[in-house]
Amino acid sequence: MKTDQTTAPQTVPIQSATFSNPTNAEIRRAAATGIYDIRGGGAKRKLPHFDDLLFLGASMSRYPLEGYREKCETSVTLGTRNATNPIKLDIPITIAGMSFGALSGPAKEALGRGATLAGTCTTTGDGGMTEEERGHSKKLVYQYLPSRYGMNPDDLRRADAIEIVVGQGAKPGGGGMLLGQKISDRVAEMRNLPKGIDQRSACRHPDWTGPDDLEIKIIELREITSWKVPIFIKVGGARPYFDTTLAVKAGADVVVLDGMQGGTAATQDVFIENVGQPILACIGEAVRALQDLGMHREVQLVVSGGVRNGADVAKCIALGADAVSIGTAALIALGDNDPKWEAEYNALGTTAGAYDDWHEGRDPAGITTQDPDLMARLDPIEGGRRLNNYLKVMTLEAQTIARACGKSHLHNLEPEDLCAITLEAAAMAKIPLAGTDWYPGKPGSGY
Amino acid sequence: MQTIDMETTSLRDLNATLHAQAEMTNQTAWSIENPKGAHAIACGLDAPIDVTVKGSTGYYCAGMNKQATVNIKGSAGPGVAENMMSGTVIIDGDASQYAGATGHGGLLVIKGNASSRCGISMKGIDIVVHGNIGHMSAFMAQTGNLVVCGDAGDALGDSLYEARLFVRGSVKSLGADCIEKEMRPEHLELLADLLERAGADAKPEEFKRYGSARKLYNFNIDNAY
Repeated sequence: MKTDQTTAPQTVPIQSATFSNPTNAEIRRAAATGIYDIRGGGAKRKLPHFDDLLFLGASMSRYPLEGYREKCETSVTLGTRNATNPIKLDIPITIAGMSFGALSGPAKEALGRGATLAGTCTTTGDGGMTEEERGHSKKLVYQYLPSRYGMNPDDLRRADAIEIVVGQGAKPGGGGMLLGQKISDRVAEMRNLPKGIDQRSACRHPDWTGPDDLEIKIIELREITSWKVPIFIKVGGARPYFDTTLAVKAGADVVVLDGMQGGTAATQDVFIENVGQPILACIGEAVRALQDLGMHREVQLVVSGGVRNGADVAKCIALGADAVSIGTAALIALGDNDPKWEAEYNALGTTAGAYDDWHEGRDPAGITTQDPDLMARLDPIEGGRRLNNYLKVMTLEAQTIARACGKSHLHNLEPEDLCAITLEAAAMAKIPLAGTDWYPGKPGSGY
Repeated sequence: MQTIDMETTSLRDLNATLHAQAEMTNQTAWSIENPKGAHAIACGLDAPIDVTVKGSTGYYCAGMNKQATVNIKGSAGPGVAENMMSGTVIIDGDASQYAGATGHGGLLVIKGNASSRCGISMKGIDIVVHGNIGHMSAFMAQTGNLVVCGDAGDALGDSLYEARLFVRGSVKSLGADCIEKEMRPEHLELLADLLERAGADAKPEEFKRYGSARKLYNFNIDNAY
C-alpha cells in the first residue's frame, strides 16, 4: 500500500534541552520587562547532593546497636575554643539565620519556640533581634552582618553566640535586598530607614576588609561581650578550604558553611543558580582545612544548604561536620508552600512547592510577609509545635542510621560508613564509589 | 582621676574595669596611659564616665560606646567609635578609615583629618571633622549628620539614604544619588549647634549641604551598572 503524506509517520515535536520551555519563558519575560528575576530560596537546579551517598550499615565487620533501645547520643557543644560559655545543644540541628523583615514576627517566634522545645538554637538575621525571638529562644545566635541593621551592644550581650556573616550559600559575594512592600513601620524603625523604600544590605562589612582586620574585629566583639559567648563565622560555599582556614586564623570558634542550595530571602535568580558550590563539594574541603590546622572538632563545623531529613544530618556528620543548620526546611515545617493554599498560590501565578517570591510579601502561608492579615495565618505556638516535631523526627532518623552503623553517638559516624552512588558525588565528597574502594582523585590511585 | 597603665595592665583587665563602672559611679574620670596603638581600647562602655586615652590607638577604640566621653590625645586607628550608640568621642589627631561607621547616636569629633569611609552606613550619629575626609565617606549613610570643615574626597555620599552631609571646602566628586541641596534655616541652626559642640571654628553659612536625590530608593534595572 502506498504511503502518502497524510498517513506517513510524523516527526514528533522535540523540545530543546538547551532552549527548554522554562528557559524560553524567562527570555520572553526578560524581553518584556527589562528586569532580571528576583526570588527567594536556594538553587533549584539538580545538583549532586546527599541523596547520592548511602550508608553501608553494620555487617560482619561492624556491630550494630539495637534500633530503639540502645543509647545513641545526639548532643553537641559549639564554641569550645575561646568562649567561657559555649552553646550546649541537645541535637546537632540548628535553625539558620533568617531576618525579621524577611519573616514575620510570629514566624520568628515560632522558630524560637520550636528550637527551644527541641533543645537547639535559632539565629537572628539581617534586621536585628526581636523580642519575640529572644523571648522564645532559650539559645539565640545573633548575626553580625554588613548592614548592621539594629546592631547594638545590649543585644550583643544578651546573645548566646555571635555569628559574623561573611557570606551565604545562595549568594557568596552578594548582598541582600528587602523590597519596600515588606518595610512596615516596625521593620523601618528597627533598620533606621524610611518606610516603603527598598532596603539594600551591603555585600561586605563596613569596618573591616580582610581576615587580618577581622581578627581584630573579633577581639573587639569579645571584649564587648567579656569573652563569654562563642563567635561563629559564616561563609558561603565558595572556596571552602581557604575560607575555613582563614576563618580559623581570624579566631572563629565555629565555622558555618552554607552551600548553594541554602536559601535567601531575595536575590537575583541568576546569582542563586550560578554562583557558589553545592554543599556536598564543600564539607570535605572544610574538614580537610580543619584537620590540616589540627583544629578539627576544636573549632566546630556547622553545615547547611539543602538539609532535609535525618539521613542528611547523619551524612553531614559522617563527612566531618559537628552540626547542621536548616532554614528552608524549617519554613516548610511551619507551613511554607503548603498545598492547602494552592488556590492562592495559583492566583499569584505559581503553585505549592514552587512559590519563591518571598520578597513580595504576599506569602499565603503568612510566613515571609509583614501583612497583618497574612501574618495572622501563622499561629506561633502551633508553628513551634510543628517545628519541634520535625526536629524530633530528623533526630530519630539520624539516630536510627547511626545505630545501624554501630555508633553510640552521632559524632562517631565517619566517612568509612558511606559510599557514593555517582561518580560526581564520589569525587566531590571524596567518598568511594559504591562497590569500589576508589573515588576520582584519590591519592595514589593515578586517576 | 583613676589611672590605668597599659604597660602593666592587659586590654582585658582595662576593659573589664571600665565595664564594671555602674551608672552612679563616683569614679567618673579615667586616664589610660601608654596605649601604644592597642586595639579595642575602651570599647563597649556603658556608663557616664570620662576616659582620656593619652596617646594613639589602634582599631575600634570606643567601639559601640554608650554614655561615656572618650578623648583620644593622639590619632585613632580604623573604626574608631564604630556603631556608637550615645556619648561623645573626641580625637585630637587624625582618624583612620571607617571612623564612626554604622554609628547610631552620640557625637564623634575628629580635630584632624579622617581617612576614607568616614561615617559609612551611619545610622544616627553626628560626626564633625575639623579637617578633610577621604573617599567614599558616608557611603550608604542612613541618618545623622556629617560635618566636614575641610574638603571631601571622591564619591561622597554614594548610595545615600537620609543622612545630611555638610562640607565647607571642596568635594572631589559626589557618589551615586548624592546631590547638593538647599541650605534652609533649620539646617543652619543644626549646623551651628554641631559646630559649637565640636569646638569647630567655622560659620554655618560657609557650608554646602548634600543629601540623597532619593532616586535609588526603589529598585530599578537602570540602577544596576
